Amino acid sequence: MEIEFTHHQSAHCENGVISNLMKHNGFDVSEPLVFGIGSGLLFCYIPLLMVNHAPAITYRAMPGYIFKRFAKRVGIKIKREKFKDPKKAKARLDENLNNNNPVGLQVGVYNLVYFPDEYRFHFNAHNLVVYGKENDSYLISDPVMETVTTLTDKQLEKVRFAKGAFAPKGHIYYPTDFPKELKLEAAIKKGIKQTCREMLAPMPIVGVKGIRTIAKLIRKWPKKKGTKVANHYLGQIVRMQEEIGTGGGGFRYIFAAFLQESSKILNNDKLAELSKEMTLIGDLWRDFAVDASRIYKNRGAKVDGYNDVASQLEIIADKEEVFFKKLKKAI
Amino acid sequence: MKKDEVPQDKSNLESANFKELCYAVDENGEYTTVNSSGWNPKKIALDNAIDDINERIADAKKRVFNHETSPIEYYMELHKMDINILASYVGIWKWRVKRHFKPGVFEKLSQKTLQKYADVFEITIAQLKNIDHGN
Repeated sequence: MEIEFTHHQSAHCENGVISNLMKHNGFDVSEPLVFGIGSGLLFCYIPLLMVNHAPAITYRAMPGYIFKRFAKRVGIKIKREKFKDPKKAKARLDENLNNNNPVGLQVGVYNLVYFPDEYRFHFNAHNLVVYGKENDSYLISDPVMETVTTLTDKQLEKVRFAKGAFAPKGHIYYPTDFPKELKLEAAIKKGIKQTCREMLAPMPIVGVKGIRTIAKLIRKWPKKKGTKVANHYLGQIVRMQEEIGTGGGGFRYIFAAFLQESSKILNNDKLAELSKEMTLIGDLWRDFAVDASRIYKNRGAKVDGYNDVASQLEIIADKEEVFFKKLKKAI
Repeated sequence: MKKDEVPQDKSNLESANFKELCYAVDENGEYTTVNSSGWNPKKIALDNAIDDINERIADAKKRVFNHETSPIEYYMELHKMDINILASYVGIWKWRVKRHFKPGVFEKLSQKTLQKYADVFEITIAQLKNIDHGN
């Protein structure tokens, strides 16, 4: 049995699942719009937590939050469920498919067989859509992939019940109730306001201040941890910023696309101008990645290199501080 | 980033035959999406991360042969896990998993406990006890 479902590739999995499910239900909402309304943009350093033996840094909101906020702000209702028992989780999935309802699932990446081996880490906040079942295979629309794919019963159960941080516990979700028309204008404003508030938060680990904290740490790492570890940490920052899913520049380009789209919806030229500015800031993040990669490419790097990239981050932080203050006033 | 600046470097994505989506602006300054085959700064970071894991695996293997640790640590590294992740997969407390790294403690583990680890690593108990099996 197959539900008629159109797969659109997206940069990031969570936005992509939401955008695809919305389109399936007759609402043409782009990935950037979902990302912006759900206040997806963030910078956060989580001290003490280590991911792949390096400090945890994220460029986006916590898994699940984008959908939650998006749903609340545009006025749709979502049903979500988690399970202890894999059998119940499977039964609920089959039930929905029988009702012609494609659903979103949270899964772990490590056992996703269609991913290249090199990308299969223990990351549990990936999202995909199941839109049907044929014999023993589930039909999968994974938004970061170019085309649809399939997973067997067993393979799907394994990724739905991956363990570790953010364990999905069979998490299934789908929209259940839609308004006649989405309240986009108000939702966009709310989304932007929250992003500004978070990026300008007076806390040393979040937003602009978080970027400055990381810059400071980068200066210290080579002396404190040795170049090998420092390079590993630096590589991890670049991977979080650029690895599949961010659309480039740590989500800055998606955010710029969101501002451009919003300027048309809200008839606000200032947002179009700010979109251009965000694109330039995204370019600075890309430059940072290029220079950082020069350091970790040849493993015996000089200390100067670390100071250089740290200064680049400080410049980015200054620009983003000015940017988000302007954005706050623009709406 | 402009549309024609979207990098098309060789990367590990090739093996799975797919390209990722990037956001970029076209000639008229409008945002659009472009597929990218990969980007060198990312590829180097990923390659380094994988080298790092391989080093950890080789190091664990050496320590197993020197009787400094148990095969559990080797298989943990082989599966890109850390103690937190392994502990939640086998459903055993972290401090106990850590204890099972001691070769002396490992040798005395019950079949039941060994089976738990073997199931997580998808191997037999014989393979779990002797890391030269399989791999």
